[in-house]
Amino acid sequence: MVSSVDPTAVTSMPGRRRAPGQDAAESSPGAVRSQRERLMTSHVLFALPALLFFLVFAVLPLLGVVVLSFTSWNGIGAIEFTGLVSWKDALTRETTWHGLLLVLFMIAATWLLQTPLSILLGTFLAGQQKYRNVLAVMYFLPMLLSSAAIAITFKSLLDPNFGIPSGLNLAFLKQNWLGDSFLVWVVLLAIIAWQFIPFHTLIYQGAVRQIPQTMYEAAQIDGAGRVRQFFSITLPQLKYTLITSSTLMVVGALTYFDIIFVLTQGGPGKSTRILPLDMYLTGFRGNEMGVASSLAVILVVLGLGLALAVQRLGGKDASASQMEGA
Amino acid sequence: MRRNWIGGAFGWVWLVIAILPLYFVAITSLKSINTYFGSNPVMPSPKLAFENFTAVLEADFAMYLLNSVLVALGTVIPLVGMAFMASFSIVRSGHRFFSPVRSLFLLGLAIPVQATIVPIYLLIIRMHMYDSLVALMLPGIAFGLPLSVLIISNALRDVPRELFEAMDIDGCTEWQKMWRLALPICQPAIVTVAVYQALMSWNGFLFPLILTQSPDKRTLPLALWSFQGEYATNVPVVMAAVILSSIPIILLYAFGRRYLVSGMTAGSSK
Repeated sequence: MVSSVDPTAVTSMPGRRRAPGQDAAESSPGAVRSQRERLMTSHVLFALPALLFFLVFAVLPLLGVVVLSFTSWNGIGAIEFTGLVSWKDALTRETTWHGLLLVLFMIAATWLLQTPLSILLGTFLAGQQKYRNVLAVMYFLPMLLSSAAIAITFKSLLDPNFGIPSGLNLAFLKQNWLGDSFLVWVVLLAIIAWQFIPFHTLIYQGAVRQIPQTMYEAAQIDGAGRVRQFFSITLPQLKYTLITSSTLMVVGALTYFDIIFVLTQGGPGKSTRILPLDMYLTGFRGNEMGVASSLAVILVVLGLGLALAVQRLGGKDASASQMEGA
Repeated sequence: MRRNWIGGAFGWVWLVIAILPLYFVAITSLKSINTYFGSNPVMPSPKLAFENFTAVLEADFAMYLLNSVLVALGTVIPLVGMAFMASFSIVRSGHRFFSPVRSLFLLGLAIPVQATIVPIYLLIIRMHMYDSLVALMLPGIAFGLPLSVLIISNALRDVPRELFEAMDIDGCTEWQKMWRLALPICQPAIVTVAVYQALMSWNGFLFPLILTQSPDKRTLPLALWSFQGEYATNVPVVMAAVILSSIPIILLYAFGRRYLVSGMTAGSSK
């Protein structure tokens, strides 16, 4: 595979033509082949750094987590292979199933809340009026803040005595928002919607703008009203975008770790201890890295399974082009 | 055309929802602690107090800022370079070796990063890089590659073949084609990737949490978190810290908005 040409010669001479000796080689009988090999060598060399990095720091950890799930490790000492002990531990804990149920609930709830709102806002922003572009800029601001900053902001903002509830002086707002196992979920879902709806809105805005205007013109001639146009043209045309956006939402929901970590640490009690958080706490607070790895494997399977399920629901033909879009 | 009243009203309502928390942060950061306890929380204080910002700046803010900048640069520059070179090979080479390479990167999009933290922690410890800024860059680069390769290779695919063939005739090497032809043409895609990955790196919380320990290695989100623990009762100071930690990324957004938005939505409407 590697040609006789010194590989560094290809990569280390920017701004210079090939060495004279190489030109001579081209006219000889094996020239075409050697040139192809040289091309291949340089392409492999170009791709090598990215490939190595990805293999070592992404693929290896992904395989590593499977291996570690069959071990016991406290994070400092020796790693011991203990077969299914960690798995048994992970699967018999009540927190695991509780966390799994919570994360599934969260995925469903965030999807149901964010998708209709994002489609509506995206369709609205797709209009050509100038002020809508200004609105889009404002909408995007929450996306720029770190989850830590957002969690900290909402913590103070919801304070019953010194936050917005007391400022607006509305009785129903004066609740112990973060201390009640039901209300805390209302808060969490609202914050996540606040943070991520702008992103999905932008995706839908781009998609709506690509729907051919002639389709709407034809519908108007047929006498279809605004609402009818939305349901008969806009929504069906957004099908692939819906798949992309839903995939990102579903897989993304597995990473809403930081906001919950800063806001509630899983509390009150265990009411927001979703599986990703449970995994972190088990591994890095409880020093049970083996069990945490088993939980992580569940997360990986869950993520891939859900991503595949969304793609499958959206039709097989869509999956190829949507992987590119994601 | 009739006006879309429902959409319009909702659009403005969302503007209020999006802005209100930011408004709260801004006015609270400008209140002295006494005003904060004594005034209406939704009203701005008539007397602006900048002491909160001074307090944040005196609490090693510059160090955390520097850490965040270093980690962002150390992640984004190698990431963009590697992603560009890999994309060039994937798009330009017809060899069948590159088809699985491409699939591998695409598959990377579906990996929940969260699930890999235990092995990454182990790997970083074994590499003797625990509690260093470099430890934060390495996984950041790796998990940034899939999306970056995707966006850049989509842009490269649009470069007309004839341009490359013209350079062939001039006897240019692949290396020269890459830097003299592909790079300038892909520049918008590369800026998109750089801005987006800088945002990801800047706001990252998980890797700093598990891979660092000492206060002098903290990046801004982590510093903000521990700051909030220390100043739990002094909300105005914490709000000032929220603002100061976000200013650099808001500036970046102002500069790269066009690229960022087009990149984030790139291809998602196919």
